[in-house]
This record gives sequence, structure tokens and C-alpha cells, in this order.
Amino acid sequence: MSIAEPAISTATAEDYERRDRLRQVFRSGTFLVGLAIVLFWVFCALFGSAIVPYDPYADDLLNALMPPSGEHWFGTDQLGRDVFSRVIVGARDILTIAPLATIISTILGTALGLIMGYFRGFIDEGISRIVDALLTLPTVIVALLALVALGPSPGTVVVVIGFTFAPIIARTVRASVLAERELDYVSAAELRRESAFYIMFVEILPNVLPPILVEATVRLGYAIFAVASLSFIGFGIQPPSPDWGLSISANYGLIGAGYWWTVLFDGSAIATLVVAVNLVADGIQSALDE
Amino acid sequence: MIAFLLKRLGLSLVTLWLLSVMAFAGAQVLPGNLGRAVLGPFADQRAVDALNHEMGTDRPVLVQYADWISRFVVGDMGQSYAYRTPVAPLVTTALINSAKLALVAFLLVVPLGILGGIVAALNVGRPVDRGITIFGLSATIVPEFVSGIVLILIFGVWLKWLPISATWPNGAGPVTQVYYLLLPSIPLVLVLFGYIARMARAGMIEALDSDYTRTAILKGLPRRTVIWRHVLRNALLPTISVIATQTAYLIGGLVIIETLFHYQGIGGLIFTAASKKDFPTLQAGVLTVGAIFTLASLGADLLYALLNPRIRVGGGE
Amino acid sequence: MNRPAIAPVAALDALAIEGLQVDYRVRGRLRRVLHGLDLRIGRGGAYGLVGESGCGKSTAAFAAVGYLPRNGIVSGGRVVVEGRDLTELAPAELQQLRATKVSMVYQDPGRALNPSMKVGRQLAEAFEFSNVAKSEAHERSIAMLKSVRIADPLKVMQRYPHQLSGGMQQRVCIAMALANNPTLLILDEPTTGLDVTVEAEVLDLIQQLRADFQTSILFISHNLAVVAKVCDRVGVLYGGTLVEEGATHDLFRNPRHPYTVGLLRCLPTRGRRKSDGPLEAIRGSLPSPDAAIAGCVFAERCTLADDTCRTSPPPFFDLGEGHSSCCFHHDRPVPRETPAAAIITDVGLQNAQPVLAVDNLSKTFNPKKHPLPVLRQIEVALARGETLGLVGESGSGKTTFARLLLGLLEPDGGSTIKLDGKPLAARLADRSLDDVKSMQIIFQNPDSALNRAHSIRRIIGRAIQRLSATPAAAILAKLHELMSAVRVADRYLSARPRQLSGGMKQRIAIARAFAGDPRIVVCDEPTSALDVSVQAAILNLLVDLQSRRQVSYIFISHDLGVVRYLSDRIAVLYLGRLMEVGPADQVFAGPHHPYTEALLSAIPSIDDREAQRIRLSGEVPSAVNPPTGCVFHTRCPRKIGPICELQEPGLARIGAEHAIRCHLPIEQLGRLQSVGTARSKPA
Repeated sequence: MSIAEPAISTATAEDYERRDRLRQVFRSGTFLVGLAIVLFWVFCALFGSAIVPYDPYADDLLNALMPPSGEHWFGTDQLGRDVFSRVIVGARDILTIAPLATIISTILGTALGLIMGYFRGFIDEGISRIVDALLTLPTVIVALLALVALGPSPGTVVVVIGFTFAPIIARTVRASVLAERELDYVSAAELRRESAFYIMFVEILPNVLPPILVEATVRLGYAIFAVASLSFIGFGIQPPSPDWGLSISANYGLIGAGYWWTVLFDGSAIATLVVAVNLVADGIQSALDE
Repeated sequence: MIAFLLKRLGLSLVTLWLLSVMAFAGAQVLPGNLGRAVLGPFADQRAVDALNHEMGTDRPVLVQYADWISRFVVGDMGQSYAYRTPVAPLVTTALINSAKLALVAFLLVVPLGILGGIVAALNVGRPVDRGITIFGLSATIVPEFVSGIVLILIFGVWLKWLPISATWPNGAGPVTQVYYLLLPSIPLVLVLFGYIARMARAGMIEALDSDYTRTAILKGLPRRTVIWRHVLRNALLPTISVIATQTAYLIGGLVIIETLFHYQGIGGLIFTAASKKDFPTLQAGVLTVGAIFTLASLGADLLYALLNPRIRVGGGE
Repeated sequence: MNRPAIAPVAALDALAIEGLQVDYRVRGRLRRVLHGLDLRIGRGGAYGLVGESGCGKSTAAFAAVGYLPRNGIVSGGRVVVEGRDLTELAPAELQQLRATKVSMVYQDPGRALNPSMKVGRQLAEAFEFSNVAKSEAHERSIAMLKSVRIADPLKVMQRYPHQLSGGMQQRVCIAMALANNPTLLILDEPTTGLDVTVEAEVLDLIQQLRADFQTSILFISHNLAVVAKVCDRVGVLYGGTLVEEGATHDLFRNPRHPYTVGLLRCLPTRGRRKSDGPLEAIRGSLPSPDAAIAGCVFAERCTLADDTCRTSPPPFFDLGEGHSSCCFHHDRPVPRETPAAAIITDVGLQNAQPVLAVDNLSKTFNPKKHPLPVLRQIEVALARGETLGLVGESGSGKTTFARLLLGLLEPDGGSTIKLDGKPLAARLADRSLDDVKSMQIIFQNPDSALNRAHSIRRIIGRAIQRLSATPAAAILAKLHELMSAVRVADRYLSARPRQLSGGMKQRIAIARAFAGDPRIVVCDEPTSALDVSVQAAILNLLVDLQSRRQVSYIFISHDLGVVRYLSDRIAVLYLGRLMEVGPADQVFAGPHHPYTEALLSAIPSIDDREAQRIRLSGEVPSAVNPPTGCVFHTRCPRKIGPICELQEPGLARIGAEHAIRCHLPIEQLGRLQSVGTARSKPA
């Protein structure tokens, strides 16, 4: 009868390619710079209060609005608080709220996307309409509306951003699931009488994880963006937190008078963090694309 | 084509209706007792009841919604609690101001973004491409108030080239107005640049790698002709839709920028209304923003259909 | 058939490729795709380059127009067109060369044309280089379209590409390529993806244009028969090098490289049936592009290979008359890989109750708004252990038929599917577990059919768990049994699908289909995504499993050779209608339906060419708006008159089991078809 396949080694070229791919990510300079900056801020968020030279909450009105010096590296703010200490500790709240919001939106968005993409038809149409309507409004405005209705608190911010980002992730997941749905392994599973739940979560989900990972990283950047913006307009993190957006909001009225250090360092902190997250996302994306 | 138009129009109406429900729910249902929300926890119960009666919020929710939406459709947006004036003129003035700011931002970013994307795509993998891509990636994610403050510091405070407030003196001509709007529009331009450039780049690369571009090159056409005639048109088609969807983000950015620059636009109006719990103004502002976005994406889809023969001319033989 | 081999005269060569090496940069590494390719095409010559996937044939084609993908690098050798080395030309010179001397046509014409530009404008562009006036360009465009036999050029020129059918699009591409009367035309799989009847037409056209335009041709294909039809010289490419070259008739009649021999032997040709014994197969699978090979590229799969072959690369041996082979053992006969003797006997057509009986099966998509009837009143039966071959071109509804049987789609009301005489529920969800188990499928593309996130153990194990009554303790034993039945070693159980070759993946898919001991297995083009050298082994496996397990197959394919080899009974579909059904030998021997006749004459074949052929004009009409009367009348070469347009013929019995849907009386069909149709008898 027909001839058996001869031995070929189980680790094929494609295996090496996968390893190559990982190595490639770590070889990309921009990815590494991004990762280093993110890790730096995570470190500050975790251990910041233990290493800063001053208590970030301690007023010292006699030393208010001092320019940067050897004593206060980044100067002091209106209430004489040490800006350097506040910038370091300021990572904490935003790096708690934004990742939590991202996790909520990723879980919710993935589930929604799987359901829309798998069932298609009426369910998809219905959810799509609501998602489209939600996406019609800028995140900041939806968040504003919800925060006015529910009252600002860190928990509300997490939930609101989690829910407003979920449709965006759902849309990405849905597109990937629709493509997977066309593949015959889904029909094969149906021909084994698998439940819809099994097909969605055991058969399809592992194959759409890479785009979800990229999307989640990108969303993390935007979650930080949104939390900072909401804090800036007073609907996000509340005083006396040394949060960056909040500090800028409290001090930007002074820049006309030349007290630039009260906002510039906080601004740079936000900018480096979001850019770093985006560079990491870009690194993962281009490794998956190749 | 006509079927496509009707379908698209129907979908827009459904979206708008859903949006109105959301705006209504967000501003009127979720806060629960509206009179209490406006007057605060220590107000007298009778005053709260009176206010609820005055605002009509003691009626059933559906009646309130029907009343609100039917008035809204004919342009009656109710009375502002904060300003004690009709909402409609407030919204109109704010809208005109925002439109000016948005227009300046768009006029700057659309050509820049597309050009950036094209240049990056034509130099794929080279330093120019990496530079544009990383710049776009970074610019797009930095919140507007951060870049805005840095720009104010540099151009307004240190160099003193541009005014740090966006509000121009009364009776200023268009040129002066643009001069005042330049600084506030740059943060918006930065955020949008990344998106537009990325889409344009992706579209270009896809078109450059396509079989039809190969056909054009192998026909012996000069590179310039290939790019102008075959690549650009197919490449930039998807970018049109992106530009439209970006209106939503642009308006979101307006809330921040108008606050930062003390500018009386729709974003500033929504922000003030939210801060002062001025629910009629908030509802009206939100629904207006949604309507503008819906119209913009409808317009983009139509334009896309007009430029795309597959949709315009319909199916095969 | 006696074409003289063309003696190459260097100065006059239309194309000379010398020692061409091409690498692709993949993730910072160079991967060599062509290892020193040499070939020459004399003026007016037609050279066919054949090879399976990944052998570098398309790379050779693109190198010949100086247009490699961005990551492709010519790292050695020359490509000389008209005495000029393409690898050294300045961009402007290269552009001029492409505008005037070399042109190319490739696969997938739908994507080769600019979707947002009218056909006429794209065609006229070809004349731009020579500064032709607009009106003249217009005239010449019309002339070009006429020369590729487009009846109404003005109308076609006003169209956008998506408004044309695939065959028309390819004609436009060919017209565009020939517009400036080039010296060299490169055709890279120009008919792959087109239906057989359309392919036949395009090939005829190419042959005729070759005579009209006196253009030299480099024809690239995976299909030996197509090359045999068009070319006078053939080169066989394997693993990035040429392994054999010669005049077409000589090379195919007297192949001198074991790979060529294997390729020719493994095709189910000459009316071979499964009862005639298993097919020849080439063992193993194609080499991975990364494999470092010291000796002969084919040594790993070769029955003649010895230590010399494995350690030193063989040179080209000149065998005279322009025939050369890159094999140390070119003078030795290649022994047959003797598989066991035939186990299969014709099941005969048992008159017992059929396992499966389909009656009045119809399917209309979107019945309310824009009804799209894809299948109408299909009636077939299948006996135990028997294979029903389902043949038809795109749009015939054959895949829909498979999905309806399996319950993945719901048929229109009034349709019945009976399993062992009991009606089956229309929807999969309503079928009993036993019914679901009884019918399984092997899909066309194993990459799509196997979940790439799961291990082989899990893929087959889960199927056993869900579909067979195997107790948990015995699942492992059953798993090993299935793996050995499809001849894949157990150590692959922990592998993921991507770690296996295409042939092995399809074996895993077959193992999964057999996990629940089905009674009927639907095979939906199970070998069409595979290379020819792997196909034979899969077909042998299917036949073996059938004879051991008495399973019935519904075998869907567009490849008549394969269908003929495997099937006991054949059903021919056209636009959702059953045109002919009957025992395989009767359907092939005729008299048959004119459409069956056209399908048979459309297949290019390596060995027998006869003058008498019928050709179909045009393409399969849209199912949205099917022709009135007999759906085939718009293309039928045997149309008798208005009756064909007005009245749909019934399915007329012409034998015990043989039926045809045609107005022509059977005697007359027989008379018409007996003229020059010797091919229906096995050679």
C-alpha cells in the first residue's frame, strides 16, 4: 500500500521561526527602550513612596514654588511640596486604574467579540449597532457623562473606561473571529457536536489571542491617556493624590508667571509612560506581522 | 447604489436614536433624582420637588424622553439651568467656535498626515520610515493637555510667538483668528497625525505590493506614473473613512483643549455643563456631537462609495 | 508530434538565465531559493518550467523581468534578455525593456488589474511608452482585444475589471502583455484558479497567439499536462535547481531523472481505476526551504539514491538531442515503488438498500430578497463501500451539496436525505448523535481544517471522545490505532499542525474523520491543496481505508483523473443541476452529456492528443439569473434549437443506472460523440 512518511525532525523550520520572532522583538531597539521606561514607572508605582526624599503630601508653605535646586531637584509646588517626590509617587494611581480598566475592557471586549463573530446574524447586528453608537462618542465625553451621572471615584473611572473601551476591543476581536469562523476546523467541531461555548473559547480563542494581546497593549496606552485627561479636567483621580494630570490641572494656571517646573515634569512623566507603552505595543505588533 | 445609500442612511438613523437614548439616560435617568442632584444633598425637600416639577422630571421616563426628543428634533433644546437661557443658541455659538478650531486642525493635519504616510511607505524599512512611524506613534498617544502645556511654555511663555489664550479680541478678522487658533490646534494635529499617517502608510504599502501595481510596473510605465495613477488612488481610499472616524476623537480632544485654552467651543460647553450639572445643556451638547460624527461618517462612506467603482458600478456580469 | 529540438544559438536567445542564485531575506537571515539556475529560450521557443510548490519557479519568472519582491536579492548569475544583463541595468533601461521587450501574465487576473480604472484605459497605457496618439492607442487597444478573441472590445473597454469574468480578465491581461509585440512573454501559472473549460480556452488562445505574434514564451506551471500542451521544451525544477531538461515529447516519453519519472507515474491517468491497483507515489515530502542539502536535492525521496548522491551534488549529464538530466543514475531505470497488490475489487452496484439516498435536494440562499438557487432537485444514492464522484466547475454547487448532507446548511423544504432508509433531520443540531457520527468530512485544506492551536493528540483525541463510544481507558489505544491507520508515527502526537508537512496534515484530518467509525465520509477536494507528488499517497490511503472499513465516499473534485480513479459512480453538476449520473465507466465511456463531454475534452493530457475536441465558449453563467430552459444551452456545442432555450429537459434514463439531462436522443449523442472520441477508452 502507500508508503509511510519518512522521519523528519519534529522541530521544523517554522519552530525556529517562532523562536526567531521572539528574539527579533527583543532585538528591536525601540521595543527595549519602551519596555525599560514602562518597567521604570512600574517600579516607581510599586516602591516609589519608599525611595522618595520627601513626603509627597507634606505642605511647606515657606518653601512654595522654589525652582529646581540641589535640595529639590524638580523644585516645589504652590504648597511647597517636593515635585520630584510627587512625580515618582504620582505613577501609582494611574498605573493602578489604567491597567485595571484595560483588563476589564479586554475581558468584556473579547467575550463580546467572540459572541458577535461566532453567532453572526441578528446577535451580531444588534450588538454592532449599540457598539457603533457607543463608538460614535469620544471616550472623554462618554466618560464625562457617566462620571457626572455616577459621581467621580477611582472605581467609577475604572468601570467607565473599562466599558467605553470594551466595544473597541470587541470590534477587533470580532473581525479576527469572523475570519476564524470561515475556517473548516469550526465546521469540524460542529460535526462533533461541540457546544457554542466550547467552540468559542477552546477552539477559536487561542487563535485570536495574538491580535487581542496587541490591542490590549494599545488600549493600555489609551487608558492612561484617558485617565490622565479625566484627572486633568477634574473628573478622574481626586486630590490630594500626587497624580500627574491632577498636578498639572492644579498648577497650569501658573505657567504664565514662569513656574514651569510645576507642570513640565509631570507632563514629561505622562508623555514618557504613554509613548513607552505604545513602543512596546508596536514591537509586539511588528513581530506578529512578520 | 441607491440600495446602499438607503441602507447606510437607515443605519445612521438607528445609531442616532440609540445615541439619543444614551444621552438621555446618562443625563436624566442615571442621576436618579434630578432636582436633588442639582440642588445638592442639603436642599429642602419641597424645593427639590418643586424643581423636579418645574423640569418635568416627576413625569414617567418615557414621557420625558418623548417630550425631550420631539422638541429636540425641531430645534428646541430646552432651558439651560446654569445660564438660565435657551440651550439652542448656546450650542450654536459653541459649535461655530469649535468648527473654526477643528477646521484649522484638519487643514493642517490631513495633508501632513497623508504626506507623512506616503513618504514613509515609499521608504519602507529605511530610517525615514522608522522616524515617521515612531514620531506618529508617540505624537498620537500623548494627551493633548500635555503637549498643549509644553507648546504654551515654548511658544507662548518663552518665545512669546503665539498668544496663550485662544480667544481673540472682539472684531478680529479671519487672519487674526487663525493666528489665535494656531497654538490650540497643534496638540490636536499631533494626536491625529499618527492615525492618518499610519492608515495612509498601510494603504500605500498594500497598494504598492498589489498585483495591479506590479502589472503597471511591468508594463514599463515610469515610477511616477505608476504611483500617481495606480497606487495613490487605491491606497488613499481607506484613509478617507479614517479621517471621518477621527472626528470623534477630535471632539474629545476639544473638551480638553478648549478647557486648557479657555475657549468657548462645544467641548468647553459640555465640560462646563458637566461641572455645573446643567443637564439640558449636557444632553444637547452630547447629542449634537454624536450627530456631527454620524453625519461625518455617513459623508465619508458616500465619498468612499463614489470613488470606489466596485460599489458605484455594482456587481459583475 | 515530431518537433525538432531547438538548437540554442546564444546571440539569438530571447532569454538566457545563467547560474542564477536568488536569496530571500527572512527575519535577518538569507534563505536561498534558487541554487544556480541555467536555462535558455531561443527565439520563438516556448519553454515550460515545471515544479511543485516552493521549488522557486515563480522566483525564476520574476527574476526574468527584474522584479523580485522587496526582500529578494540576486546573489549570483545573470539574466540576459536580448544580450543585456537585467541584473545590471539602470532603472530607466529596465523600464524601457519592460515596455518594449518583456512582458508577463500571472495567476489571479482579478488582482492583476487596477480595480479603480476602466479596462480600456489600462490597456491604452501599454502604448504610452511609444508616444502613440490617443486615437491610435484606442484603435490598437481594440485590435489587441480582438486578437485575444474578445467579441465586443468597445463594451469591454468601458468596463471595470470586477465586471468581467475570470477568463475575460485573463484575456485582457494577455492582450496588455502582447500590446507592444514583446520578444519574450512570461506566463506564470496563467490558468491556475480558472475552471477547466475556461483553462482549455485560454490555453488554445495562447497556442494560437504564439503563432500569430512569434513571441518566445517562458511558461511556468505546476501542471505537467498544461506545459506539455503549450511548450516545446521543458525544464523540471526541484528544490531550487533544474533536475532535468529536454524537448517536451522526449522528456515526457523518456524521463531520465527519478523525480520526473515519479511525477509522471503518480498521476492517475489513462483511465486508471482503483481496481487496477494503487497509484505510484513518491515517498516523503518536499524539502523545507531551510534544509541544508549536501548532495542531490532529491536524494531523500529517491529510490536510486546511494551514498554518492547524498554527499556530492550531481552534474548535468548530456543525453543528446538537448536532453539532459542532473542525476548520477540517469541511465538506470527507476524501480517502481511496488505497493501491495490491489485489494479493491469493484463493489459492483449493489441493489440492496443504499446507505444514503438523496431525493429532490434543493438549496436557495437568501430566498426572500435575492433568491440564489445553488442546487436544484438533486437525486443520488450511495451504496455501502462505494464511492460517488461529484464533478463540476465553480458555481456547480458541489460544496453546498456536501454541506447540506452534513447538516452544516439547511436545505429547502421538500428535500429529503435518507440514511439507511430513515430520513435525516435537516439541521445538524436536530440529528441524533448516531447520525452525526455516521457522516463525517475531509476538507480540502488541512491548514484550515485543523486547529493550529491544538496538538495532534488533542485534535484526534477529542474527536474520539466525542464521536466514538470508546471508554476513557481505551481512547489512547484507539488514538494509536488511528495514527497507524493513516501511517503517521506516534511521536507526532504532541506536535502542532504547523510542524507537519501538507500531506501529513491531510492524514491527520483523515484520521479525525475516521475517529467515530463513520459510514459515509465526504471528501471535499481532499488533494487539490496538495502537491502532485503527495497526492497519490493520500489517494492510496483513502482507497485502503475504504476497503478495510467498508466506508462509502462522496468524493468531490474538479480533477476528472482523480475522480475516475476513485469513483464507482459519478454525478456531474452544472449550475446546481444534476446533468448526468451513472456508473463511472459508463459516464466516461459515453455516450455522455455534452457538458461531460466538454469537461473530458478540456483536460489537457500528457500522452494522448487527438484533434477532435469540443470547446465551450463563455463561462458559467451567474446562478442569480440562470439561463432559461436547459441551463447549459448558453455554452452547449450540441445545442439543437429553440427547445433547449425554452424547456428544461428531464433526467432521462439511458441505462439501468445511467441518466442524462438532455434533449438530444441518446443514439444521436452517441453518434456525434463517437467521432474522434477515442479517449474515452483507456489507452
